[in-house]
Amino acid sequence: MTTMTSRAKAPARKPPLPSGSEWTAEAIERYNAEIARVAAAYRLDLYPVQIEIITAEQMMDAYASVGMPVNYHHWSFGKHFLSTEKGYKRGQMGLAYEIVINSNPCIAYLMEENTLTMQGLVIAHAAYGHNSFFKGNYLFRTWTNADAIIDYLVFARNYISECEQRHGEEEVELLLDSCHALMNLGVDRYKRPPKLSLAKEKLRQQEREEYLQGQVNDLWRTLPAHDTRSGPREAPRFPPEPEENLLYFIEKNAPLLEPWQREVVRIVRKIAQYFFPQRQTQVMNEGWATFWHYTLLNHLYDEGLLADSFMLEFLQSHTNVVYQPPYNSRWFNGINPYALGFAMWQDIRRMCEHPDDEDRRWFPEIAGSDWLDTFDFAMRNFKDESFIAQYLSPKVMRDFRMFAVLDDDRQDKLEVSAIHDDSGFRRVREILSDQYNLGAREPNVQAWNVDLRGDRSLTLRHQPHRRRPLGGSTDEVMRHLARLWGFTVRLESVDEDGNIELKHEIRAERRRNGN
Amino acid sequence: MVRIIDRRFDSKNKSAVNRQRFMRRFKQQIRKAVSGAIQGRSIRDLDNGEEVSIPARDLAEPSLHHGRGGVWEQIFPGNDQFSSGDRINRPLGGGGDGSGKGKASNEGEHEDDFVFQLSREEFLELFFEDLELPRLIRTQLAKVTDYKTQRAGFKSDGVPANINIIRSMRGALGRRLALGSPYAARIRQLQEALDDALARQEADEDSDEDTLRALREELAALRAKVERIPFIDSFDLRYNNRIKVPRPTTQAVMFCVMDVSGSMDEERKSIGKRFFMLLYLFLTRTYEHIEVVFIRHHTVAKEVDEDEFFHSRESGGTVVSSALVMMRDIVRERYANGQWNIYGAQASDGDNWDNDSPVCGRLLANEILPWCQYFAYVEITAGEPQNLWREYARLGAEHDNFAMQRIESPADIYPVFRELFKKTIA
Repeated sequence: MTTMTSRAKAPARKPPLPSGSEWTAEAIERYNAEIARVAAAYRLDLYPVQIEIITAEQMMDAYASVGMPVNYHHWSFGKHFLSTEKGYKRGQMGLAYEIVINSNPCIAYLMEENTLTMQGLVIAHAAYGHNSFFKGNYLFRTWTNADAIIDYLVFARNYISECEQRHGEEEVELLLDSCHALMNLGVDRYKRPPKLSLAKEKLRQQEREEYLQGQVNDLWRTLPAHDTRSGPREAPRFPPEPEENLLYFIEKNAPLLEPWQREVVRIVRKIAQYFFPQRQTQVMNEGWATFWHYTLLNHLYDEGLLADSFMLEFLQSHTNVVYQPPYNSRWFNGINPYALGFAMWQDIRRMCEHPDDEDRRWFPEIAGSDWLDTFDFAMRNFKDESFIAQYLSPKVMRDFRMFAVLDDDRQDKLEVSAIHDDSGFRRVREILSDQYNLGAREPNVQAWNVDLRGDRSLTLRHQPHRRRPLGGSTDEVMRHLARLWGFTVRLESVDEDGNIELKHEIRAERRRNGN
Repeated sequence: MVRIIDRRFDSKNKSAVNRQRFMRRFKQQIRKAVSGAIQGRSIRDLDNGEEVSIPARDLAEPSLHHGRGGVWEQIFPGNDQFSSGDRINRPLGGGGDGSGKGKASNEGEHEDDFVFQLSREEFLELFFEDLELPRLIRTQLAKVTDYKTQRAGFKSDGVPANINIIRSMRGALGRRLALGSPYAARIRQLQEALDDALARQEADEDSDEDTLRALREELAALRAKVERIPFIDSFDLRYNNRIKVPRPTTQAVMFCVMDVSGSMDEERKSIGKRFFMLLYLFLTRTYEHIEVVFIRHHTVAKEVDEDEFFHSRESGGTVVSSALVMMRDIVRERYANGQWNIYGAQASDGDNWDNDSPVCGRLLANEILPWCQYFAYVEITAGEPQNLWREYARLGAEHDNFAMQRIESPADIYPVFRELFKKTIA
């Protein structure tokens, strides 16, 4: 912490911050003020901070509705609430109770039951760490609109409860079930989304309903006219290019959906899209926030503002958070994103400030540079996959004692393909980076073709990644898809040699009432 | 730049709606879990909440994800023994270093049950769902016969017996003060002037008798005016106000009648006991206050306390009517004032002295059933129906507040109970 003390000069001899475990509103305010001062000295660029104090029960409410302050009603949130509540009552979840919302102002929740130390920790972690990440990182900047999200959720909830009144809770629930099943395939992975805005949404919603419906009907109404054009050559596919965003495809093209149903599909799709960056920046984002709470609080301690008792309690929580159990521990549950992220950011700083020969060899452009500039650049321009590929250093791999295991179901044994040695560093880094590649983590399923002239059936294509099959609930997902599509749906799988195999088929012929 | 908002007093239970929807959606499974729980544990702790577990796959939310198989290459931390190129056996059943089943498939792997806590209310609600206290509506809701009086402040008219003295006197005092106050200041002034004049008279003999007399007269006139303000006026009187409020009859008495003759062994008694417990619990849902009367009988009946009822054992023959006579007498003696909902439950193995059964039938039909909300008879036997059953079977057809069922083993209790208290459409 020595280099920074000169830059962020503490005003001469301030009284230390309050200590003890009971918090008061004044104490929180003082902590926040001090943390804000130090954060500014470290050039963190922030949304305004809004700290909200809530009870444990409200925290669980927020947890259950995927961390958002408002959300529409659905049984699955009730299920999450019950399991969160159980976890909380058994004391299983410890520090996990910190929620921060990517909005402007940035809302951080403090739980009433926390001690003063934990409040300080959460303020530094969420209201300054995550906050600056939300504001700076390119994924959040392009994919989410912090100014509009709360308004949009309010709109979504009101719209859905209106639908429930008009069409019945059950009807809406079934529709939401189907949309949720496809939620992780309801995002544009590469295309940049348009910004959300409440006013525009409301204005356009009516218009869009009519327009979309008109378009869809058009698609099917003009069918007979096509006959003149059809020749011996292969009929053109629809969609002409495969569509990866299944919910988008359904919203725009499912023939039998009512306008309100399209709007609900759109709402689920928009919310899935909103959470998309979070799923891609876990290691970076959590590591970043952990690095900053550690750095900011240590800075305050060096200025003599924090009591020893505060530091002990804080370090105890901190070390719990960044603990990485080894592969053979019974606590092992994959790589802890807090641990990996924190280690990487710490390591980048180390390379900037105290580079050794290895660092100069591996990271010539980082070693010895200004660490704040390097940090800012890294935070703004990467996601987990590229961040690891770019910045994971041999030291971190050594410290974690990483090794790669190759599991090929055609071999009878597993193989250790690389370990943390000179010959393995690059391979380990590559594999770890791939592990965070969403394209590899989630199956590649795209809308391939609609039989426009025949039975209107929809065919999806699955391109297996390294021969990995689809999981057990695929059949059920296809049923949901069939419910949305209204006609037969199929899922084909294309193997390495290009052979196409039909995996699932749900036959359905639903007629609209009255037709 | 920073805003701190205390939201603790904002709306709570935001998830209540979601929780309800969850319960509604999985009602089938939850109900199944509840009835499983009832069979599994002692009836005595039925009054608590219940931890319900539902097979996780029933409420899994499906999604497209990778399953096992294909090629997986993953990084693990904490290498303690491996070097490049090592070949390892596949670990069996997901040990620490799971291989092919990484994050991608964790959804599908979890087959643990989903466990959550039902509150006591939710539990009992499910337990008693679509049961309804038979013929409940008649005395309890429609006919409110009982009133209680309670105090409701004060009023300004009433009977003399209800005069509230403190309130009345306080009002009188206040009125006197208020009416007398315009004169009080003047009296004080005059008194001072008079004292002054008297003092001067004594000092220098320079008396002015006229002034003195004038002062004295005015003073006397004012005092008389104050005296004339009445000490108490009918206007001051306050009476205690009592009003009558209707009190719904929320009390019930439950008669447990059990045969303890030699043929009733411990197991049968325990079945009977469970049945009574269930009935008791069921009644606590509806009535605030419940009294239980235990009558056991062999050839003679005796009213006993709960402990004796279940634990002591007699031997010898059986005369069921003795217990019914006793029940009838107790009803007449203690519970006949129309404020009690009377429930009867009789458990027996069906053995009775032959000539006694018709007597029982008549007693029930003429002297007990007319008073009862409901009378349930359970016969705990694995064998052929005995004579008492045949006699009662006739009653069942004639009286809709009489029900009878057979129980063979503890597992039958709950279904039989539900059968007995099936929703009756009134």
